Amino acid sequence: MGDKFLGFKRENGSVGVRNLIAIIPSVFCSAKVAQRISESVPGTVHFSHPVGCSQVGEDLEITAKTLIGIGRNPNFAGVVVVGLGCERFTPQELFEGIAPTGKMVEMVVIQDEGDSIKAIDIGTRHARKMQQVASEERRVEADVSQLMIGLNCGGSDTTSGLVANPALGIASDKLVAQGGSSILTELTELLGTEHILARRAINEQVASDILRVIRNMEERLKQQTRHSSNEKRKNLISTGNYDGGLSSVVEKSLGGMKKSGNAQFVEVFAYGDAPTKKGLLLLDGPGHDGEVTTGQAAAGAQIVCFPTGRGTPSGFPGVPVIKITGNPRTFQRMKENIDINAGAVITGEKSLQEMGEEIYQEILAVASGKLSKAEVLGHDEQFCITRMP
Amino acid sequence: MKELSDLTAGKTALVLDQKDNVAIALTDLASGDTCTVAEDGGKKYEAIVIEKIPFGHKFALADLAPDAPVYKYGEEIGKMKVAIKKGAWIHIHNLYCERGM
Repeated sequence: MGDKFLGFKRENGSVGVRNLIAIIPSVFCSAKVAQRISESVPGTVHFSHPVGCSQVGEDLEITAKTLIGIGRNPNFAGVVVVGLGCERFTPQELFEGIAPTGKMVEMVVIQDEGDSIKAIDIGTRHARKMQQVASEERRVEADVSQLMIGLNCGGSDTTSGLVANPALGIASDKLVAQGGSSILTELTELLGTEHILARRAINEQVASDILRVIRNMEERLKQQTRHSSNEKRKNLISTGNYDGGLSSVVEKSLGGMKKSGNAQFVEVFAYGDAPTKKGLLLLDGPGHDGEVTTGQAAAGAQIVCFPTGRGTPSGFPGVPVIKITGNPRTFQRMKENIDINAGAVITGEKSLQEMGEEIYQEILAVASGKLSKAEVLGHDEQFCITRMP
Repeated sequence: MKELSDLTAGKTALVLDQKDNVAIALTDLASGDTCTVAEDGGKKYEAIVIEKIPFGHKFALADLAPDAPVYKYGEEIGKMKVAIKKGAWIHIHNLYCERGM
């Protein structure tokens, strides 16, 4: 038997590490009403976004699937869907996408209720009721094979690739070895390493999927930078990355892929989807910190692990983000924001293996209810749905 | 506020793979500094840097010719634009990468 954590068992067999009510607008027009409902009922989280209408095709489909996926995430005991009434992605679709999980779901539509004040009133009553029902849920023992973590990173410096990512890779390997799941994403930050990633695929299909999604991402980036007027916006890595000592996208990529450890990739899946297999997974999405966490949360990840060399405080509503820095100086400066100091490897206090174990234990502790620093401070900046050109 | 150099005993650098021809400074290094380079396998030796190398940045472990591949993690991260000497700083001013910068 594998290691255990204490979580909330949901109707569909999944296990949440938090027990919150999510208030989700189907469109940007209902975002403020969703926010006001959430502010009226402490313990709820809301998902304001700028999309849901004036979109077509794949772009709209990704918005739809992502919002449904967020609602289905097991960290939420219930969901209040807030619609306007004339949007392209209808609140009914959002409601019907979440309902099969068996969790509490209610819908409020502003144009049906009459005005925003009435919609806030009705939505607040739904959220109040759900919150009280959820408060009677208790944590029970669950196997780590029920855990899915997202691997993300941002504000990287050389210590991310040197220490923090390899240590996270050790923790990820340990989770995957016990039947859990771990999601690597950030394809824009894997360019140049596709041949190495493909070597780690479980079969030829997965290897060709890895090569395909990274090739497509590279093509998309070329399209976006082909006009000479965008020349100075061509760089794939940020000024902070350069200052930290990274010189090329391949160098950054090699350091980035280190956080997926050495396990084999079992599946490549699309943004907005949930995986069909357990183990190490590759989610097809770009490198934006928020878009990554959002795609991973929509896929069902209950926790995100986030190495940051330079230090970033951002978090996600309802999904704990564990911050890890490989830079001992950054930890000194930002210890109010950063959970784990993997810089102890650089200062010679700990081995990489010990650091990996410490991260793994922190994942179990956070899964069992310990709040990450980003949660305590209310950081929720990372909710951001990816767009298609 | 302690500087990173105060947190680490002595001046150190790290080589991540035996195939690598660069070391990563784990402390700020000044031109002419001697530092202890630790290799992946545990072997240690001394190296002299001929330029200022900030913490986290790379320096050459051998003389490199123009277009010579630069290896880190045992993989190529780019090539040299110009010839450089052992102990020189390698960064965006003298390295190019066909896959993007």
